[in-house]
Amino acid sequence: MAISGTHESELGELQRRLMLLRVGLLLVVGLLAVRLWHLQIREGPYYRDLSENNRTRSVLLEPARGLIYDRHGVLLANNVPSFSLYVTLEDVKDREGLVQKLADLLGLDPVMIRKKLAVRGSKMLPKKVKDRLTLRDATVIESHRLDLPGVMIQVESQRNYPGGMAAAHLLGYVGEISPEQLEKPEFADLHQGSIVGQYGVEKSFDRHVRGQAGQKSVEVDALGHEKRTVSVDKPLAGNDLYLTIDITLQKVAEELLGEESGAIVALDPTSGDILAMASRPGFDPNVLSRELTSKQWVEIVQDERRPLNNRASQGQYPPGSTFKVPMAVAALESNTMSPSSSVLCTGGYQFGKRVYHDWKATGHGSVDLHKALVQSCDVYFYTIGQRMGIDIMAEYAKDFGLGRETGIELPSERVGSIPSMAWKLKVKKEAWLPGETISAAIGQGYVTVTPLQMASMIGTVANDGVSYRPRLVQAIMDRTTGNLQELPAVARGKAHAKPETFRIIKEALAAVVTEGTATRAKSSIVTIGGKTGTAQVAALGKEKKAEKDIPKKFRDHAWFVAFAPVESPKIAVAVLAEHMGHGGSAAAPLAKEVIETYMKLRAQELAVVPQS
Amino acid sequence: MIDRLIDNRGLDSFDYRFLALVFAILGIGVLSIHSVTHSQQTGLAPYYIKQIAWIVMGSAAFVFMLVSDYHRIARLAYPLYGVVLLMLAFVLFDGRTSKGAQRWIALGPFSFQPSEFAKLVLILVLAHYYSKTPRVGWLQRVIMPGMLMFPGLVLILKQPDLGSGLSFVAVYAAMLLMVGVRSKALGVILLLIVMLFPFAWEGVWGSLHDYQRQRIMAFVDPAYDPGGKGYHALQSRIAIGSGELMGKGLYGGTQSQLKFLPEGHTDFVFAVYAEEWGFLGVLLLLVLFVALIWLSLEIASKAKDQLGALLAAGIVAMLCFCVVVNIGMTAGMFPIVGIPLPLMSYGGSATVMTMASLGLLLNVKRRRLSLFY
Repeated sequence: MAISGTHESELGELQRRLMLLRVGLLLVVGLLAVRLWHLQIREGPYYRDLSENNRTRSVLLEPARGLIYDRHGVLLANNVPSFSLYVTLEDVKDREGLVQKLADLLGLDPVMIRKKLAVRGSKMLPKKVKDRLTLRDATVIESHRLDLPGVMIQVESQRNYPGGMAAAHLLGYVGEISPEQLEKPEFADLHQGSIVGQYGVEKSFDRHVRGQAGQKSVEVDALGHEKRTVSVDKPLAGNDLYLTIDITLQKVAEELLGEESGAIVALDPTSGDILAMASRPGFDPNVLSRELTSKQWVEIVQDERRPLNNRASQGQYPPGSTFKVPMAVAALESNTMSPSSSVLCTGGYQFGKRVYHDWKATGHGSVDLHKALVQSCDVYFYTIGQRMGIDIMAEYAKDFGLGRETGIELPSERVGSIPSMAWKLKVKKEAWLPGETISAAIGQGYVTVTPLQMASMIGTVANDGVSYRPRLVQAIMDRTTGNLQELPAVARGKAHAKPETFRIIKEALAAVVTEGTATRAKSSIVTIGGKTGTAQVAALGKEKKAEKDIPKKFRDHAWFVAFAPVESPKIAVAVLAEHMGHGGSAAAPLAKEVIETYMKLRAQELAVVPQS
Repeated sequence: MIDRLIDNRGLDSFDYRFLALVFAILGIGVLSIHSVTHSQQTGLAPYYIKQIAWIVMGSAAFVFMLVSDYHRIARLAYPLYGVVLLMLAFVLFDGRTSKGAQRWIALGPFSFQPSEFAKLVLILVLAHYYSKTPRVGWLQRVIMPGMLMFPGLVLILKQPDLGSGLSFVAVYAAMLLMVGVRSKALGVILLLIVMLFPFAWEGVWGSLHDYQRQRIMAFVDPAYDPGGKGYHALQSRIAIGSGELMGKGLYGGTQSQLKFLPEGHTDFVFAVYAEEWGFLGVLLLLVLFVALIWLSLEIASKAKDQLGALLAAGIVAMLCFCVVVNIGMTAGMFPIVGIPLPLMSYGGSATVMTMASLGLLLNVKRRRLSLFY
């Protein structure tokens, strides 16, 4: 009973302690309630926001890029659907197993897949393993979908250039926006991964062509699987461009250059429309617009022939004797020479202790301006250059658009250089030497130009001094409204010369083709006026070697600038063939071919129009 | 005293209020489990159907524990504990692994978790020990029962199962509080510690460096994974908080429905409920739990003998501990340890064990007159 009594009192003690437990329980549950009140009522709105963001994701809807056509509506750039294979590592349990499966199903190299999967980045975000999957491959993947967790096929729109390498420099290519570009204000509404024009018209007209991305708000689960679309803000397609080029003429020009390096520019002198602008070597914009391996990129960039360089607007070359055209204008206009006064050419020009040679060692005899152009007499131009002085020469050269931008809508146009006394002081920090004027007079020395400038120059001559800014885009079509906005030709200025001067010059240039240095440009279907040029690349010393004995990279550049028909010019052409030697033999036939092709195309066009 | 017993005799035989509370909470649990899992079809039967099956089994255990004589059950405490220890040891060698821990024993299509049953058995063992042993010194009051608890605790922590381990310690601490320590003062201090735990946790834990915390967590819980636990904690808080006053409605809980909240049907079922029913629903649930525990405390405090009182107190303490810690951890007051919410979380072992415990609790009430039979 004693033990029982102890037990009784201990039971009482225990029951008293249970009271404490009750108090404790109420306190603790009270604390829980306060905590929950805090979470749900006080911070409720905050957590509701978090929960909204937790489950909705914004998916960007990329816009369709505008199409690009030539002047006759031939498609030059469009978009094609492309299947890309993505893998989200977060959902992949057996990575090596997946690599093997993909390699088996698609016949891919497992090493390549492993490499793509090893690219740094969040495991939650899909990694692109392969683009441009065939429809068959995409179907194979879709049918094995259940065995391939984390694998996703995305349909993407890919820029496509149906013409392949045709007009590549002009069209340019597209690519993912770079981190540097993202910083710039003109790309403010773009985002990481946006596709923008990186070169050519794609770049300069990117603002018009790229369209506007849309956005889709989707509800996703914790694995990022799309459950439901909450809202859609449709993307706006980019505008279509109609270029001024004629793709047929463009292809002819490119084929004419073939494997050689060089450029051909053809434009309509009465409007500035670029009809063709070929630059060789070229590249395939389809390759550059897609994901390149770094090896491919290095190969292109390190190619000594610099295929990414648009020689038409970015190549700077001494103009050689083609420079004699504006110099002839200058001589007449500055009253240095009258059309009839002549110079005696004995094959050399003595200045100080040095003799400047004529290309024809035996000399041209008595030479007036007409003959000087037709025979491309160097001594005549040494003489007038010496008389005019470098500053007057520079003034007239600039009057014809040399040494400054033509204003074509292409990125990174180069301007070449037209030297003057001030120019040399500024650039070379040296005084002008009188002998340098003599070299400049025949387009050597410091004088450099681009083929585009030369086409514009000869066009200006053909057009009696009126020049237009070269243009590549003649109309922009708004895809959403269907409005076609025609871009007007823009007058660039007027070369200051009398009509009589142009008449004399053009007459001489016509004779260059009929009887002078460019007889290989003579056409049976159209009258052509032009001027040859041979731009010295390296001084080869006194002993003149046969051309075939000189290493190619030291051979001269061949120039030919031309316009046609002489009576009422419709086309102006500049041909530059690198290291091809003499303009008359290497460049003139190409210009003739381009001009004849264009005249035939025009004739067909004119024949068709009345019928319709 | 006899008067009091006779007066209450009619009411004492069975308590329908108690049963109603149990089934109300079970019902809320099934609804929440259905809500969060109805979109994912797994195995033979959906989770909520399986949970209902567990509840049926739990009801059988409940009835069995209700009608047996708890004195007889208590006499089996040591042999039962031996079996539990064997099972816990067995789990370590040949258990079913899930989420990095070995906790389950497979029995045909079923699997059960010995650590859940170990909790109830420990209550039996300690209640039996204290009711039979004169408690004169520290050795008998504190050290001996601690040594009884120790092998089970070690085996559970080995699994590793921090949640069950903590429950084990909580049961021991509750029993100590009830009978093991003599002075009321110590009891008050213990209560204060329990009450101040969240604040103390914040203070001490919050002042540690990250790497220190991770070391400690890695020590206490080898399965500790900072990213994973942090993710659970955040998603759970977002789910609860975004429920606001009225909740998002049944099946409307985006966090749980879209699976941002992991284990929404097991340890985080409270967050699912809180997201869908809001603060009002949460208050209702708290009231249900408090009422259930209150009735249980009533039973404990009116128990006729020491064994009954100790059993009841142990069961109530365990119930309280699980409810408070589970809700506290989902609400971000405590670190995340794997403790299911009694009667609500999906799980066979926990459901059956909890219902068996409650059967035993009602048994204590029913048998208040057993000494006089």
